[in-house]
Amino acid sequence: MKSTASTAGAASRSKPGRSGLLKAMASRYDLYLMLLIPVVWYLVFHYGPLYGLQIAFKNFSPARGILGSKWVGLDHFERFVESYYFWRLLWNTVSINLFSLLFAFPIPILLALLINEIRSKAFSKIVQNVTYIPHFVSVVVMVGMLMLFLSPRGGPVNAIIQAFGAEPVRFLDSAAWFKTIFIGSNIWQNMGWQSIIYIAALSGVNPQLYEAAKMDGASRLRRIWHVSLPGILPVIVILLILDVGHFMNVGFEKILLMQNNLNLESSDVISTFVYTTGILKGEYSYTAAIGLFNSVVNLALLILVNRFARKKAETSLW
Amino acid sequence: MTKQQTIKIAKSDEKIFDAVVNILAALVLIAVLYPLLFIVSASFSDPALVLSGEVLLLPKQVTLEAYKNVFENGQIWNGYKNTIVYTVVGTAINLIMTTLAAYPLSRPDLPGRGVVMFFITLTMFFSGGLIPSYLLVKSLGMVDTMWALIIPGAIATYNLIVMRTYFQSSIPWEIQEAAHMDGCSNWKLLTHIILPLSKPILAVMVLFYAVGHWNSYFNALIYIRSKDMYPLQLVLREVLMVSQADAVDSNVGLESKVLLAESVKYVVIIISSLPVLVMYPFVQKHFVKGVMIGSLKG
Repeated sequence: MKSTASTAGAASRSKPGRSGLLKAMASRYDLYLMLLIPVVWYLVFHYGPLYGLQIAFKNFSPARGILGSKWVGLDHFERFVESYYFWRLLWNTVSINLFSLLFAFPIPILLALLINEIRSKAFSKIVQNVTYIPHFVSVVVMVGMLMLFLSPRGGPVNAIIQAFGAEPVRFLDSAAWFKTIFIGSNIWQNMGWQSIIYIAALSGVNPQLYEAAKMDGASRLRRIWHVSLPGILPVIVILLILDVGHFMNVGFEKILLMQNNLNLESSDVISTFVYTTGILKGEYSYTAAIGLFNSVVNLALLILVNRFARKKAETSLW
Repeated sequence: MTKQQTIKIAKSDEKIFDAVVNILAALVLIAVLYPLLFIVSASFSDPALVLSGEVLLLPKQVTLEAYKNVFENGQIWNGYKNTIVYTVVGTAINLIMTTLAAYPLSRPDLPGRGVVMFFITLTMFFSGGLIPSYLLVKSLGMVDTMWALIIPGAIATYNLIVMRTYFQSSIPWEIQEAAHMDGCSNWKLLTHIILPLSKPILAVMVLFYAVGHWNSYFNALIYIRSKDMYPLQLVLREVLMVSQADAVDSNVGLESKVLLAESVKYVVIIISSLPVLVMYPFVQKHFVKGVMIGSLKG
């Protein structure tokens, strides 16, 4: 093992030649051994499904297997795009995520700015720590809480509505309320957690900038606008890109739990449709095609936004 | 206006600003805490009063009836037990797998790590999707075993990146070099030097993964068929979403049975969230640390 030691240090500094590379690799064989199981795992569980994706272009039958099934080209995609529910699924998927970006994305930023402005250290710690708590509530419990809170019988929200003499509202059975409730409860659950990153970024802003702004007579609001916000802009851009990276998938597990026949009109999204039609009804090929459609749109959006951010904000994922 | 006046105005402006900030923060605090307090109050209250909307903040006519019912429910205990097993075994495997991947990939002297890293990061943005993954797990014969909940999720790529970043940035490379000089093998280096120095990040990983296992329901929904293997969250889903009057003691009248079923919902919410929430104050700062390592350097 003595020879390992001498090469380990040298290789990291100088670029080795071909034989040097092989030597460097050989001397670290145990590191490759460590990597072996995780790499095999990635190949099976992340790249394996990519291989299985070919069933989107086939008529998959479990008896024939993935390879044995017959190719049908783009048939499944055509059937999906021409189906009567295509626009409804697409609109629900896009709008829920678009509204989330619009309303839920800025809230953690505002919360972080607010917490940053609290003078009392103790109070600011309390607000921070309390707002994280809902993040640890499971999706099932979250939806259970929504059902209890918005229940027309005894839910506090309707109790208050009734106290003002109005009729109770069946919130969860209404398509009109679905998106508001979904996004609103997401905000409640995640704003504190998501603000952590911004608070960390704010603590990294150079205090001299605040001093300088103060000298120039900038009010607190102006200091937020001209110092704090630009200070965390790179973090905001990165998180925005990452959010767009999951644009078509957000909240699927929660939507599935909140869904019922009465709100289906605005709660039916591509991923829940894939679950109900694919897993429950066994239409594997058709829904694999729909899932692929979803992923491709998603990836295209990510690439687009990343390119845009690199040009405009000079920050990007890659 | 003299300079003194301007300063005075600026000072009172500051005061107003501070007041607005504090009021807003207090409102946020109330908005977050109220639902949690309501659930607790409702679980202790007479269900009839909850259902008539009379319990708004504090419990009324305190009763432990609903708790008694939940504690006597075998299904919930079985779910609890299953979830504990899945969480412990799952987290252990997560930890081993993530470390095995993160450590070699953190080594600057490992040829080819860039390529491996690229193929790993790629999986964060593109996947085969639900159906091919489901068929894969099915063809591996894992359906209706606990492995379906553990093996396909053995590594969370985000956590892997967090851990790798920690190894790279918080453990001085000189220590590793020195260990090599002394003839220390990589396995020994990892187990005797790196891991003991990595307790904070290991704690973060345990927490991230364990909370994930504790709270997950979807994988169990698609892969677990036998009811006696249901994790807690699936049992909860049945209790909360599917109105279940039968889940409750059968020698009370129908009306009170329905009432009791309602308040049982509040209780199950509490007892399922309790372990995570009790742990929470002790581990909160670790969580924060994990998020920051992941975000600021990832």
